[in-house]
Amino acid sequence: MQENKVELGGDWTYAPAPEDKKHVKIEKRYDLFINGKFVKPAKGKYFDTISPSTEEVLSQIAEADEKDVDTAVKAARNAYDKVWKKMPAKERGKYIFRIARMIQERSRELAVIESMNGGKPIRESRDIDVPLAANHFFYYAGWADKLEYAFPGKKPQSLGVVGQIIPWNFPLLMAAWKIAPALATGNTVVLKPAETTSLTALKLAEIIQESGLPDGVVNIVTGHGKTGAAIVNHPLVNKVAFTGSTDVGKIIQKAVAGTNKKVTLELGGKAANIVFEDAPIDQAVEGIVNGIFFNQGHVCCAGSRLFVQEGVAEELIRKLKDRMQTLIVGDPLDKNTDIGAINSKEQLQKIDHYLKLGSEEGAEMYQPSCSIPSKGFFCKPTLFLHASQSHRIVQEEIFGPVLTVQTFRTIEEVVEKANNIPYGLSAGVWTDKGSKIFNLTQNLRAGVIWANTYNKFDPTSPFGGYKESGFGREGGLHGLMPYLELT
Amino acid sequence: MSVKIPDFRQTPTIDQVSVEERVARFNTRSIKKESKLQGLKLALNMIDLTTLEGKDTEGKVRQMCYKAMHLCDELPGLPTVAAVCVYPNHVKTAKAALEGSSVKVASVATAFPSGNSTLDVKIQDTRFAVENGADEIDMVISRGEFLKGNYNFVFDEIADIKEACGNARLKVILETGELSTLDNIRRASDIAMYAGADFIKTSTGKISPAATMPVTLVMLQAIKDYHYKTGRMVGMKPAGGISTAKGALQYLVMLNETLGSKWMNNEWFRFGASSLANDILLQLGKEANGGVYYSKDYISID
Repeated sequence: MQENKVELGGDWTYAPAPEDKKHVKIEKRYDLFINGKFVKPAKGKYFDTISPSTEEVLSQIAEADEKDVDTAVKAARNAYDKVWKKMPAKERGKYIFRIARMIQERSRELAVIESMNGGKPIRESRDIDVPLAANHFFYYAGWADKLEYAFPGKKPQSLGVVGQIIPWNFPLLMAAWKIAPALATGNTVVLKPAETTSLTALKLAEIIQESGLPDGVVNIVTGHGKTGAAIVNHPLVNKVAFTGSTDVGKIIQKAVAGTNKKVTLELGGKAANIVFEDAPIDQAVEGIVNGIFFNQGHVCCAGSRLFVQEGVAEELIRKLKDRMQTLIVGDPLDKNTDIGAINSKEQLQKIDHYLKLGSEEGAEMYQPSCSIPSKGFFCKPTLFLHASQSHRIVQEEIFGPVLTVQTFRTIEEVVEKANNIPYGLSAGVWTDKGSKIFNLTQNLRAGVIWANTYNKFDPTSPFGGYKESGFGREGGLHGLMPYLELT
Repeated sequence: MSVKIPDFRQTPTIDQVSVEERVARFNTRSIKKESKLQGLKLALNMIDLTTLEGKDTEGKVRQMCYKAMHLCDELPGLPTVAAVCVYPNHVKTAKAALEGSSVKVASVATAFPSGNSTLDVKIQDTRFAVENGADEIDMVISRGEFLKGNYNFVFDEIADIKEACGNARLKVILETGELSTLDNIRRASDIAMYAGADFIKTSTGKISPAATMPVTLVMLQAIKDYHYKTGRMVGMKPAGGISTAKGALQYLVMLNETLGSKWMNNEWFRFGASSLANDILLQLGKEANGGVYYSKDYISID
């Protein structure tokens, strides 16, 4: 059969089409955004933030210590008591609408910085991250003055100061997911972006400053894990919202045990993407690619475990390999790039560790013949065929462009295997039969289940996990609840 | 080589939403500089320059044939188009006008565009075109029979016309605008290929919608599956509705990333179009002019 192979990635290659970055303004140094102003950190410490695709230093970011966090939390409390709590909900909504519009106005700049600082392809930051971030603000702005209609018969009340810690995989989007519902429900915010990707959150701080939002309603403090711990442990913080690794999530939950702080955690995942024989195979292949190679696989809900029904396994894997051959790995700012840079050196080492481990465990590794840049942190899209349920590459979250492939015969078998994991964030089902979809959504222990599609996000749709993937929902009407006292 | 004919009631299912998403992703590819030039010239070389009107005259056909060989003599280094496409009664004129060039003569046949006639008439129509010198035959399938579920009828008809073609290459027009679902388009593609089509083609140009990218993608994927199963290459011709250089590049991106380099030539891919060539010439003229506007008045209209 080999001679029938089609030849992809041939003579006609696409000339570089880099997005212009001249219009982007990145300061040499960024301070902390506290009480409506950019202020220097108490200890005067800064750290470098780099571009993972070139390894060049883009800017210096302030390191907030406990004292800075204390100032920020007190500013948030003060703003809550004096201004935000008393403001009519309709007025609150107007500020959120304004922030949404300003994100749209500056979308090009935000998209370019997101790609420079985080390594994700401009196609994604331009078409997904930034528009979705604006949409979250738009959506929750609409809820601000309608909370009693959202929860009929209840009296929704704001909590106070919320501490929010967000990850590096969707820096601006996660900030929007966190800030928008918090403001709409009348809370004030202290937010810490991830240390490798603080720039777009700081740009958002500029937007918030420009929007005229009252001082102290949103505070953005940058730094490493210690800064995050200071937020979680601060006695004036009424609620903690965290998105990130399961390990840190467990630490947070221990830290808040015995306090009256509310918590929501959105943690890791190892989603099953299940393809049945009657599925539209070419489209399923596309969904598998979107499921695992979107954002270099740095997605907590990535479809990282592929289950294929035996009868179509050979054909599907052949098609998947063909499709992977057309993926372009490289400069995140190039409009034709499909897979950008791995977010950090540390993460690349972790992925490489799993690549080695997978081969040692006996799975068959496949990578397309694409080239990758010599500088920066890059990883080829990777398949592990003939993976077993007991392989560590199947059990542990890799958070990279690495897909394990297992086959199955019956629905019972695949449901058992799909659920046999500590995580339960998301899953995908591919079949032409509606009844099969409903059967699986009943039986899969996952917060989000996509049918004949994957990695679709919308502000109106709740998102969150089961088991060690966390608890609490973000997005939609459900996303209001964690920020409210409902009496 | 013996090929097992599949049960056409069980062709693969197609999910329209995902197909459209895939197409949208092809269209985010940014084709610039030398790849744009290379792509535009390739697209020119893939055109079946077409005139299929009741009012066609010998003079018009002759002029179009000259244009097919001399797209724009002011711009050096241009290829010719792949073929001219005419009604059977103009094949002789076209063949004479194109003598000595590599441009092929394609003729529609089989009671084009509706296909509503008897098999005998269709075979005669085909033979007439071939005897007059047509290198390629563009036939239409019997959509009425197909929609009735009479797949064997459609299959046999294609096989008979293929036989009548002799050495001429057979393009099978599915008239996708009348087939209503992508599932049907996939099924008709499979029937045509297993019945012996050398090319599958979207449309007559007489029905709207004509060629679209989602329809073409489904057909390209059918060709790919067929190639993996049988080893035989089948060509693809989207026809009608592709009139801009940018649109043509988007089709080429789709072709490049679906079937790859073996299909990236006019042996295996054609654009059925009448106004596309001039839009590409405008773009190439602009490039040759150092990026400055190139007037439409420099380009002949046929």
